[in-house]
Amino acid sequence: MTNNTMFSKILIANRGEIACRIIKTAKAMSICTVAVYSDADRGALHVQMADEAVHIGPSPAFESYLVMEKIIAACKQTGAQAVHPGYGFLSENSTFCQMLADEGIVFIGPPAPAITAMGDKITSKKIALKAGVNTIPGHTEEVPNAEEAVHIAAQIGYPVMIKATAGGGGKGMRVAHNEAQCLEGFERASSEALSSFGDGRIFIEKFIENPRHIEIQILADSHGGSVYLGERECSIQRRHQKVIEEAPSPFLDDATRKAMGEQAVALGKAVDYSSAGTVEFVVDKNRNFYFLEMNTRLQVEHPVTELTTGLDLVEEMIKIAAGNPLSITQEDIKINGCSMECRVYAEDPFSGFLPSTGRLTRYCLPSEENEKVRVDTGVFEGGEISIYYDPMIAKLVTYGEDREEATSLMREALDEYVIRGVKHNIGFLGALMNHPKFISGDFTTNFIAQEYGEDFNAEDVIQQDPALPIVVAAIIHRLYMDRAAHLSGQLQGYERRVQDNWVVISGGEHYEVLVTPFQPDGGYRVIYQGKSYSVLTDWSFCQPLFRGNINGRQICFQVERYGITYRLLRMGGRTDAKVMTPLAADLHRLMPLREENSNSQFLQAPMPGLLIKLSVVEGQSIRAGDELAIIEAMKMENILRAPHDGMIKKISTQVGDSLNVDQVILEFS
Amino acid sequence: MQEIIRQLDEKRAAARSGGGQHRIDRQHLRGKLTARERIELFLDANTFEEWDMFVEHRCTEFGMDQQKIPGDGVVTGYGTVCGRLVFVYSQDFTVFGGSLSAAHAEKICKIVDQAIKAGAPVVGLNDSGGARIQEGVEALAGYAEVFQRNVLASGVIPQISMIMGPCAGGAVYSPAITDFIFMVENTSYMFVTGPDVVKTVTHEEVTAEQLGGARTHTNRSGVADLAFDNDVEALLMTRRFLNFLPPSNREKAPFWPTSDPADRKEYSLDTLVPHDPNKSYDMKELILKVVDEHDFFELQPDYAANVIIGFGRIQGSTVGIVANQPMVQAGALDIASSRKAARFVRFCDAFNIPILTLVDVPGFLPGTAQEYGAIIKHGAKLIYAYAEATVPKVTVITRKAYGGAYDVMSSKHLRGDVNFAWPTAEIAVMGPKGAVEIIFRQDMNDPEKIKNRTEEYCTKFANPFAVGSRGFIDDVIMPHNTRTRICRSLAMLREKKLENPWRKHGNIPL
Repeated sequence: MTNNTMFSKILIANRGEIACRIIKTAKAMSICTVAVYSDADRGALHVQMADEAVHIGPSPAFESYLVMEKIIAACKQTGAQAVHPGYGFLSENSTFCQMLADEGIVFIGPPAPAITAMGDKITSKKIALKAGVNTIPGHTEEVPNAEEAVHIAAQIGYPVMIKATAGGGGKGMRVAHNEAQCLEGFERASSEALSSFGDGRIFIEKFIENPRHIEIQILADSHGGSVYLGERECSIQRRHQKVIEEAPSPFLDDATRKAMGEQAVALGKAVDYSSAGTVEFVVDKNRNFYFLEMNTRLQVEHPVTELTTGLDLVEEMIKIAAGNPLSITQEDIKINGCSMECRVYAEDPFSGFLPSTGRLTRYCLPSEENEKVRVDTGVFEGGEISIYYDPMIAKLVTYGEDREEATSLMREALDEYVIRGVKHNIGFLGALMNHPKFISGDFTTNFIAQEYGEDFNAEDVIQQDPALPIVVAAIIHRLYMDRAAHLSGQLQGYERRVQDNWVVISGGEHYEVLVTPFQPDGGYRVIYQGKSYSVLTDWSFCQPLFRGNINGRQICFQVERYGITYRLLRMGGRTDAKVMTPLAADLHRLMPLREENSNSQFLQAPMPGLLIKLSVVEGQSIRAGDELAIIEAMKMENILRAPHDGMIKKISTQVGDSLNVDQVILEFS
Repeated sequence: MQEIIRQLDEKRAAARSGGGQHRIDRQHLRGKLTARERIELFLDANTFEEWDMFVEHRCTEFGMDQQKIPGDGVVTGYGTVCGRLVFVYSQDFTVFGGSLSAAHAEKICKIVDQAIKAGAPVVGLNDSGGARIQEGVEALAGYAEVFQRNVLASGVIPQISMIMGPCAGGAVYSPAITDFIFMVENTSYMFVTGPDVVKTVTHEEVTAEQLGGARTHTNRSGVADLAFDNDVEALLMTRRFLNFLPPSNREKAPFWPTSDPADRKEYSLDTLVPHDPNKSYDMKELILKVVDEHDFFELQPDYAANVIIGFGRIQGSTVGIVANQPMVQAGALDIASSRKAARFVRFCDAFNIPILTLVDVPGFLPGTAQEYGAIIKHGAKLIYAYAEATVPKVTVITRKAYGGAYDVMSSKHLRGDVNFAWPTAEIAVMGPKGAVEIIFRQDMNDPEKIKNRTEEYCTKFANPFAVGSRGFIDDVIMPHNTRTRICRSLAMLREKKLENPWRKHGNIPL
């Protein structure tokens, strides 16, 4: 560092994993940290980690994290010299930048004009064109009406993308393959954009079919220095929401990488950019790339760049904001190995990926050994996932010598990641990691929609080795039985001896297994379908993770026990197994298969009380566990949840009703 | 000799085939196992010692003397479950519909008598059409003999009734007297009078399943403790259940080796009680994080869910757990939950099982339904049960302990041995709002004053110190240390001795 000016205290105007991640770097740089928090985040992880914390209001973000005056007041109150905005919230708000500047507080991010210029899709495209950046063929002016849209579309050639200038997150976007769709798409996109962003301006460009989404990370200082740090492959998306990112892209060649990098740097220079920024491109199947937009902030997926370049982007941002020039040049930057990131969401992949909230009753992170696994988490066991914020709760990042190693570490880490209390997408991520198309690196942004549609089903995941869950279920049961054999108070001469032959019942099939303990190492040998499995494990009964060595291979299953059923989860697959003696298994065949038709038709008040909320409407379809209504009794809120999947046929009460016990609140159909 | 052995073989074969292959097949088609299959599945392999295989009924009316099947519709004997002695009888629906004759009853009585002497549990597998009508009053006498045995055995040996088919009329009262009733869904039902009689007398149209199925008795009536999917699951889970229980009132519960450390800290418990005093939380999370290996065997989960009861282990030894559930009815005690908890406490006390009580109770549920239903007497049952219990009693107050309900829930005053409070505990006669409205009635029109008064009240009572200063709690503990502190307390209490004054028996407010 040629210049030693540095902040002594910064404020992080964010929450969750990114606030925690920024605090970590600040601490390593010996900078004091100030967290801000809303009501819902009282006691959140970022608040615990920071040196100081300032309460900034009620839970909804627009009353707390988005209120610029409150952030600035918090800075003044604590004497913070600079603000890191993280991503989202105020990170790309030029007004906020200006307000900070007026108060003499440094914004750890780009200058306000760069944010403004890149925040508008039409302006940014024009600047890009001028800077020699490839842009998607299209019309860079606002399209006044639908007729004009059809005219322009004809010039560009179908298919075209109709896009709101202020759009984002998939809103205000329509693809049109012909004139009729273009007419309709224009109206829809325009009205959607107007209602979502308050700005109905529309432009049109060529629609790139089956594209990949690849972005370039740049770093620029305020002295004219700038570099690019390679690309991130972000094509694995669900409804324009990134799910998996990796660096480098399995698709790019060096020449394309260099060309993209240089154009990204040129764009940065064109707007006098400083700080970290990301230039997003779409890349077609012939490796033609086109500028999409520039994100003038730290990206969620920045860790994959950090792990492949060895740089700490937050550190670089802080140094740049403090006025230091970059200490590296383009020649210094080497891309080593491969890094992969999975976004861990509190959402339910089995029911349309609906966000899930609640208390994290169990939360065990995979081990971060060898610095090859990194978890950026914003939550902890016993913490609450609230309804107010983004359902992304953590990022799981791995690093390997090559893509294969990074992927395989990711699979292991996912298997070890235990989350209970809220629904989560760990299993879905595990399934993605094992998908042949993902493994091959041959995919586009349509991958998830094409392969999984709207819902994910764990039973459909093909087990890589279907014998493994059978073997593990047998071992676990044997461990339980062997322990029970040590129960005190047994009759002399009748001491329990555990037999070796067992039957594993799973998916209606019966599998015979022979489980024998072998001395002296305390392991077991399982014979299943003529094959022998030597199993060594130090699993003890309370652990949610079964780790073992099977025939020399390390494997890991998540284990749950419900009555006589063991549930085993691994790599997105789920196996329910019962283990019993051959006699019991034979008798079990005589047991009738139960159809789940005993569902109650009514939701009844379980207690007398006041109905204070109805969370559903007639005709709405519901999933088991969904919140249906809230009754207040004894001054306590009691949430009534759907006992099963179904639909709301009729609602027989209204909010404010005083309910008697067993009074019907609503009817299912 | 040879001839005798040949006859013996014949009789054994006849007894084993029960009501014949046709009836066995029909039993299977109903999704039910036979009496012998059930025993074989229930006991450790090859440990069943059968008694009275050759017993036959003595009825001569209605041509019954022409129909005799050795065993007479019930298989009895003993064997082991996990190496531990257990007596068992299993009614055979394939023989005279499992109906109870005098001889059938005698077989059951013999087993129960022997179990009392040997000090081992009795498990009855019920699958019977009822009294053998052909025998008339002799069958009724048989029932009464069984009831008498059940009563004498009560509190001496654990008695478990599995309902695995019909159980109607007089037959229901034997299970009712026993300690636990487990049912099988869709194939079992229990009622005093069946749907036909109900229709004649009250004109109610009801199916057997609605009237007395597993769902009815586990949700509505609370008669049954658990229901299982099928016979196999019911029997395997009952094996597991027996591992929690001592063989008799002369012994302690068995020791179950575990590697779960006593000093396991659960930091997530520090955030279990929500910031907002009106928000509920799941008390089961605390139970699961406190007991060994998160293994909790809950009873009556769907009935009176405002109180949770069940067995867990602490450092390998069984404890009975009674906990208020804030998620249901705010955890308030009512008639059903008082009865549910009281009977469980009495079982634990009878069988030397320490009781762990987890308290978050805003009081007794108000309302006419409760008062007219005699909540006074039913609530008193729980007080009685806790007060007479001499087993080790450890109590943890997590949040609210208001009013009479505070006294009830194993308080120091009812001889609680170790009473802990979390820092979030509030022990008071009632919640702040109600209290202020009574004490400061004259200030009701002045919101400012009321606000100050409420704060004053909260400072005084909405914390564990007021009771701490009087010694009503022994210590304030951090939630994450709860398991450790409970482990230590129960270790200290292992050899606890306490006796109530001699009496014939107390007079619990029934």
